[in-house]
Amino acid sequence: MIEEDIEKIQEETKRWNRDCLGKHTFRKRETDWGLEIKPLYTVDDTKDINYLEDIGFPGEYPFTRAPHPSMYLGKLWTMRQYSGYGTADETNKRYKYLLEQGQTGLSVAFDLPTQIGYDSDHPLSQGEVGKVGVAVDSLADMETIFNGLPLDKLSTSMTINAPAAILLAMYLTVAEKQGIGPEKLNGTIQNDILKEYTVRGTYIFPVGPSLRLITDIFEYCSKYVPKWNTINIAGYHMREAGATAVQEIAFTFADAIEYVNAGIKAGLRVDDFAPRISWIFNTHNNFFEEIAKYRAARRLWAKIMKERFGASDPRSWMFRFHTQTAGSALTAQQPLNNVVRVAFQTLAAILGGAQSLASCSFDEALALPTEESVRLSLRTQQIIAHEIGVTDTVDPMGGSFYIESLTKKMEEKITDYIKRIDELGGAAAAIEKGYIQQEIQESAYRYQKEVESGGKVVVGMNSYQVEEPLPKGLLKVDTEVGAIQIKKLKELKTTRDNQKVQSTLLALRKTAEGHANLMPPIIEAVKAYATLGETCDVLREVFGEYEGTSVI
Amino acid sequence: MNQDKRIRVLVAKPGLDGHDRGAKVIARALRDSGMEVIYTGIRQTPEQIVDAALQEDVDTILLSILSGAHGFLFPRIMELLKEKGLGDILVLGGGIIPEDDVPELKKLGVSEIFGPGMSSQTLINYIRENLSQG
Repeated sequence: MIEEDIEKIQEETKRWNRDCLGKHTFRKRETDWGLEIKPLYTVDDTKDINYLEDIGFPGEYPFTRAPHPSMYLGKLWTMRQYSGYGTADETNKRYKYLLEQGQTGLSVAFDLPTQIGYDSDHPLSQGEVGKVGVAVDSLADMETIFNGLPLDKLSTSMTINAPAAILLAMYLTVAEKQGIGPEKLNGTIQNDILKEYTVRGTYIFPVGPSLRLITDIFEYCSKYVPKWNTINIAGYHMREAGATAVQEIAFTFADAIEYVNAGIKAGLRVDDFAPRISWIFNTHNNFFEEIAKYRAARRLWAKIMKERFGASDPRSWMFRFHTQTAGSALTAQQPLNNVVRVAFQTLAAILGGAQSLASCSFDEALALPTEESVRLSLRTQQIIAHEIGVTDTVDPMGGSFYIESLTKKMEEKITDYIKRIDELGGAAAAIEKGYIQQEIQESAYRYQKEVESGGKVVVGMNSYQVEEPLPKGLLKVDTEVGAIQIKKLKELKTTRDNQKVQSTLLALRKTAEGHANLMPPIIEAVKAYATLGETCDVLREVFGEYEGTSVI
Repeated sequence: MNQDKRIRVLVAKPGLDGHDRGAKVIARALRDSGMEVIYTGIRQTPEQIVDAALQEDVDTILLSILSGAHGFLFPRIMELLKEKGLGDILVLGGGIIPEDDVPELKKLGVSEIFGPGMSSQTLINYIRENLSQG
């Protein structure tokens, strides 16, 4: 565009604002992170954006438009509902059901004792076994979960953090027993401990040993499990805890920078592990903001990897992400309204260029989803994939004055936050100082006040309410799961080779006390059917435990 | 109770559940309304919660849980409160607790269960009304 055109457009915009819009009354809108949204965007708002440098082409630096050149024309996203509950048997049945319905990847939800490294018979596990995910006490449970599922043909994501190395070892062993080598496996472990300290809470070990476990996994997988995504750095839970869209990306990138630094400090080459970094974010209600968020994140991550870390492999620059629609946006009131919310959020995720997606089910403000509700949610993805034309071209929102302007503004705001965290000494130091937690809490409280004052409309909850009967037909987890797991554990401990268990755990202890990679001894312990709790206890004794703090 | 004394509240997260956005938001709202609020932090055992209630001499305990373990944890907390002679503390629950489970929890002495979407003013009013009656 030539200079004169821009000047003319600026003049015309001024005129329109004064003579046309100015004669009407209208509401001023602002994003949650304080940007005033203009009533109208024009080419004037994108004049500082250089197409070739800032936007570019799909599959090329800086990847603003997409990580892959053909995007959904080449391959649709992986439809991957987050699921798992009760026993390994029930979860195996749910997975087979979802795959029959056209789901294309698995995402394993583990119960809280598993996520915190307690066996089902631990006193702190009482009441929690099988509730928010499937209970895994040993390799035997993982064998059941994946029974009859060909692991070389599926990709599996596991939401597991503190004991990620152990669950990964179990997965590799199940595959080996199916006759599948580790080099053929596709999947992801979350393995993102920093956000457990800030918002999610399933930590076990202190920061130092936790980072060692993570970098040991990076190193091991770069040699033996090359297609595995070794970390899935998570903004999802920060957003659920109240972070704004800008904070979500900023704090997640700050965590990521900490992990990359840890990998480099452990002696790894950045291009050896950076291509296996993956992400999970939260796709919330503000449609355009969500699309711009993902475009900004792609561009900024590419710059961080190239400019800050000197990565030279284009795959290290590439931001590939999984997203789930926002659980916290679902209402318990008039739950069917959530079908609509999920559909819009799913659409935003796809227009934002997601590689993998879990859509929530409408009943999830009340309980774990039923077969019917999760199928409807999967169908929502399938309708967007096949019926409405949004997958027919790459980044169809690119070039919109509003989207491009918002993308740039978000990138700037995210960069400011990352600078602030750098000044505090990086993400781990910022977490220790409580900075990230405080920022998220402030946003959560501000949001709540807006909802309660009616400034933010939540349909069916603070507006348009109706008297409604109690919801029916919700999923209930069998209260006997705990007893079933404890019985299985007892049997396991009488049938396995207990001497082998002891010798492998001793070998693990010695490795933990030294500096060698922890994966090989963990794999040996897993193969001997050492339980998750026994294995974590050895590491607890050597590493100690993280002490959580909380300030309000 | 003495109207001059500020209401003392323990906001507690029993069990292994780490979701404490709601607990923290409620804690801030109650504090802003003039109450004294103590937050336990996440991953508290029933014993830790009851000890904190005793030491802090609270008038009410708010239990926030989203993991589905209320069926074990709430009865245990109520039992310990009675054992320690704290049976007169007003106990309220919040989080994701199915309606079907509410009658059983009320039978144990939990005064009320609040679900998602409740406004903090509703809770503040409930606490003030029920403590002044007590």
